[in-house]
Amino acid sequence: MNSPKKTWFAFPYILWIIGFTLIPLGLVLYYAFTGADGGFTLANVLAITEPVHLKSLWTSLKMAFLTTLICFILAYPLGLVLCSLNLKKSNFIIFLFILPMWMNFLLRTMAWQLILSTNGVLNTLLGFLHLPKVHIIYTFQAVLIGMVYDFLPFMILPIYNSLSSIGDDVVEAGKDLGAGYFTILRKIIFPLSLPGVISGITMVFVPSMTSFVISNILGGSNTLLIGNIIEQEFTYNFNWNLGSGLSFVLLVFTLISMGLMSVFDKSEGGTNKW
Amino acid sequence: MKHKLLIVSVLSGSLFLLGGCGYNKNNSLVVFNYGDYLDPSIIDSFEKETGIKILYEEYQSPEEMYMKYKADIVDYDVICSSDYILEKLRTEDELLPINFDNIPNAANVDEHLWEFSKTFDPENKYTIPHYWGTLGILYNTRLVDEKVDSWDILFNSKYSGQIIMENSVRDSFVPALKMLGYSINTDNTDELDEAEKILIEQRPMVQAYLLDSARDEMIAENAAIALVYSGEAPYATEYNDDLAYVVPKEGSNVWVDSWAVTKDCKNTENAEKFLNYLLRVDISKISFEYNHYGTPNKKLAEILPAKYTEDPALFPPSDVLDNCEIFRSLDRGTQDYYSKLWKEIKLD
Repeated sequence: MNSPKKTWFAFPYILWIIGFTLIPLGLVLYYAFTGADGGFTLANVLAITEPVHLKSLWTSLKMAFLTTLICFILAYPLGLVLCSLNLKKSNFIIFLFILPMWMNFLLRTMAWQLILSTNGVLNTLLGFLHLPKVHIIYTFQAVLIGMVYDFLPFMILPIYNSLSSIGDDVVEAGKDLGAGYFTILRKIIFPLSLPGVISGITMVFVPSMTSFVISNILGGSNTLLIGNIIEQEFTYNFNWNLGSGLSFVLLVFTLISMGLMSVFDKSEGGTNKW
Repeated sequence: MKHKLLIVSVLSGSLFLLGGCGYNKNNSLVVFNYGDYLDPSIIDSFEKETGIKILYEEYQSPEEMYMKYKADIVDYDVICSSDYILEKLRTEDELLPINFDNIPNAANVDEHLWEFSKTFDPENKYTIPHYWGTLGILYNTRLVDEKVDSWDILFNSKYSGQIIMENSVRDSFVPALKMLGYSINTDNTDELDEAEKILIEQRPMVQAYLLDSARDEMIAENAAIALVYSGEAPYATEYNDDLAYVVPKEGSNVWVDSWAVTKDCKNTENAEKFLNYLLRVDISKISFEYNHYGTPNKKLAEILPAKYTEDPALFPPSDVLDNCEIFRSLDRGTQDYYSKLWKEIKLD
């Protein structure tokens, strides 16, 4: 498998990585560590310590944590249910979860805007049932709902994958030895599904920490995530240096969270599955 | 969204290049304009009348236009863009002075606009207005009881939670600065700090800071008052009769999107023919009916029905206009200061 000729197959991928990951990353680093005059400076990166930036970084972390937690709480039981169904049924349900991803992500987020807005679908429905109106649009909660909706499939799929690869024999062995359902879940199924849980967490946590579109559309700028600050610096203020400096800090946070996850992953003896 | 449009325009730009090879360069004109800013029938009729082939290309934002122009891949002959970006191009010696002897219809342009244009084109030598308008308040006459003629309605706690502001730094500072009686182009940090204080007080009353969707939220009656550009008003009032637009008496921002001839232009005679054509009353009329943006053509204004000429969104009263200013580009330091204040306001 490792004959030297075969490695050439990686060539297109290497081109891709160079063109669309390494060069842009290099540009971000260049701008992050230079000032408007082109000289070296740490000011753009250290700008994260300004109260406004720290505050929005904190909001982003909180948002990412809550999104990940809610996605996990929704996805894990669903994964268990799907595994107990026959293959045909569970494939169909998985298909239903993937189906919305065929539509543009922006359109789906805008649909939520229509659902949650003051005179939107949700409030019309509540009015019809003679219930009081709720004000959700342009709040933290609205952004959270949008994030959970958009990133849920990325939690479901890896969890379902790892759950479905657990053999019936280990579960039956546990039953033979007298373990109840919750003991089996806690001692056998959950530890074995951990690789899936961890890749699910990474795949939800990272994009929800860096996203800015959802908070723009559903947050009405009331929820300022670090992504929004970076966007503002690039588009409205034309300060690419500061934008890149803050992007660099965000990148470091992303790498730390991924690093923590992989440490977790290895110590539990799972295999790296992405 | 912007990025997707950018990609689309890059693609259409390259198609345009491919298609452009076959034309006789001497009798053609490359025109670069905002998207959806000129009735396509005007291009057809101009081509028929003069035999000059128009190669028409559109862009989404002035910054995109600037980058494409500077890339020098296509030689654009005539450009229509925003005041401040044309000022930038003029100071970089990218524009040619227009020979107004060849543009008799320039006499149709309202004096007000020549006056405003002097901000970015001091001798009125390089630019000709295409559309113009203001920043103002779009409000729902059913939901707002008071007479709306001042910016203070945006800071009235009675409408808490019903106010939409622009998600753009400088636009959102206009109401506060004008209420304080300062210039919207101020670089005095004390004045900006005062404005920030007002905007921070307003912050809890604001439902959202939106960019393009303010108009739609107003049509859906999800809010009562919004800060918008006059260009949004005709569309909004068409869909919801209760909506009205006003330019507050304290004054506001006025914008003039203008035509200019670039130094790449090989056939200035054709360019001048085109600019003259656009200012012909019948052509300006087609242009106006296309999207109902403020026309600079005073001869057209004379023959328009009263429902348009009395509409303050299209023709603000002159005493209000006297208090209006054009945005000047800010120096780096002031711009960063604005950005800092803006973040403080939104994170408060």
